[in-house]
Amino acid sequence: MFTQSKRVKLLVIYYGALLLWLSTTAMHIPDGYLSPITCLIMFLIALPFWIIGIRKIREKLNARSVPLIALLSAFSFVIMMFNFPIPGGTSAHAIGATIAAIILGPEPATIVVSIALLIQALFFGDGGITAYGANCFNMAIAVPYIAYAIYSAFSKNQGLTSKRRLVGAFVGGWTGVTVAAFFAGVEFGIQPLLFKTVNGTPLYAPYPLSISIPAMVIPHALIASVAEGILAALVVAYLQRSNISVLEAAEKPAILAEASGMQKLRALWVVLGVLIIASPLGLLAPGTAWGEWGTQELNSRGITSIPIGLQKLSGLWGAPFANYNLPALGNVNLGYIFSAVTGIVIIAIVVWLFSMLLTAGSGVKKKDLG
Amino acid sequence: METTTSSSHSRRRNVLEHSLHGITETLEHALFAEEISARAGLFQSLDARVKVISTLALLISVSFSRSLWVIASIYLLTLFFAWTSAIPADYLIKRVWLALPFFTGLIVVPALFITPGPALLHLPLGLVITTTGVTTVLFLLLRVSTSVSLTLLLILTTPWNTVLSALSVLRLPDVLILILGMTYRYIYLLLHTANDMFLSRKSRMVGHLSTSENQRVLAAISGALLSKSLNLSSQIYLAMESRGFRGSIITLKPFKMKAKDWLWLAIFLGIAALSIFLGR
Repeated sequence: MFTQSKRVKLLVIYYGALLLWLSTTAMHIPDGYLSPITCLIMFLIALPFWIIGIRKIREKLNARSVPLIALLSAFSFVIMMFNFPIPGGTSAHAIGATIAAIILGPEPATIVVSIALLIQALFFGDGGITAYGANCFNMAIAVPYIAYAIYSAFSKNQGLTSKRRLVGAFVGGWTGVTVAAFFAGVEFGIQPLLFKTVNGTPLYAPYPLSISIPAMVIPHALIASVAEGILAALVVAYLQRSNISVLEAAEKPAILAEASGMQKLRALWVVLGVLIIASPLGLLAPGTAWGEWGTQELNSRGITSIPIGLQKLSGLWGAPFANYNLPALGNVNLGYIFSAVTGIVIIAIVVWLFSMLLTAGSGVKKKDLG
Repeated sequence: METTTSSSHSRRRNVLEHSLHGITETLEHALFAEEISARAGLFQSLDARVKVISTLALLISVSFSRSLWVIASIYLLTLFFAWTSAIPADYLIKRVWLALPFFTGLIVVPALFITPGPALLHLPLGLVITTTGVTTVLFLLLRVSTSVSLTLLLILTTPWNTVLSALSVLRLPDVLILILGMTYRYIYLLLHTANDMFLSRKSRMVGHLSTSENQRVLAAISGALLSKSLNLSSQIYLAMESRGFRGSIITLKPFKMKAKDWLWLAIFLGIAALSIFLGR
């Protein structure tokens, strides 16, 4: 027979495995776990945040806000589907609320995540309808506000490229989701306390606070919160590399509308720069491109009778960068790079001249051309 | 209900693949949903407002009920209505019960043992299942499955945009309705885009990535998706503005209640009221 301690051990292992598994899911509460009164109270708590969120969006962004919120909600929804790997071999779903809060500020982030949650609840049965208020409070209100507060504390007076922002994003995300898990644990835990039948049977979630709180907080703190934090930090790092003005958007929302503009071009210039530097790789290819032969190459290929036209014209134009080389530089590779840069500069000047000719006097501003 | 959770042994290696799989599953799943709403069936023929209000009423009555029998009856009724609405008999059951055991079922199993009450069954390891434990578990399982089935019934038989129009009748702000409609549409675009990004990454990959490399890939995809979202929203706004959008929203409300709709509304509300009364 199993002794008491063995039984406890078994239960602990069972519980541990269960919690580990559970933590890979995000914390959407289905219908039936919370009593209708709890659901109603959570709706009432969430309502002011929704109102503040919508008001804030309209005041900062006006009509532009509609497509922006829609797109970011869709983005949040898609993020919630990614399995994000954690050190140790498991993976979890992040909520994306931290990223939304960092970019938009907490009030609009509430709306963005709430909309994603509504679609998940209605369309995919992920999270209940009556429990929608509670889910929004946990994931769309607690996470963004807490994460944003911590992130902005870390990034106060720091430049946009500061590494402290990454730390702030991680700590903010981790804390936000862990506190949200705590709230969910409380919501579960008070059910058997308040809502039971005459003979004591719990009507909704069956575990008291002493079980529900650790059961929610520990796996989230170890896994899901870590996923959210790491993802937030890495996305901030990515934005610092590729689209840094977006990080300012919380204070200057108009930036969001133009976030695509010049920044995208900058990426293109970077790519171009890389290609230029890598151009000497072309020197590695032996021989000359097919068909681009001069008289000498034709001879070496065994063609002794060269067409008259070719002979006459072959010496006509003495190119300044013959063979893409500038002997004065001494190094073939440098000559290659130099030719590439020069070529691009010349092309750019020509294109610029053309665009000036095209837009001059037409009243079209360059900004509107995107 | 998370239907995309992977088994632990493959999780480490196949993070990209599982995200890909989850996304594709979502796409197919949604296609299925639209297909059923086009069939001829009871629910498909009802006014969307009746359906939304009835679903809400029944959800609330399930939530309030303190009687297992009442909840079970509503569940059976839901299955019956699904059957009359051209939903394959096993579809609703599979959708709910195949996912349910893995989430709710696992959570509540300990409740069988730890809920204090008279003993029902003695198990080998010295564990005792109590009657109150069984009752609690049944309550939770039945409530969750009935609620999910009700919601599914509504969504499967009604196209999303019709649901949104119906919601606007419930005084949901028009701006939210517009945002919800656009979000739904653009989820599909972003899912396709994310799917392509995963596929292109996977097709350039041989062997396995370490955890941190996987993280970087996912974060880069997320970041790129974010930039695309911002860019797209900018373009969409310009498109809307150039077609006359100035911030005010007008929605069409093409619903007309027929006698049949009033009848079924009365029936559903009657069932909900009876359930609350019987289950109090």
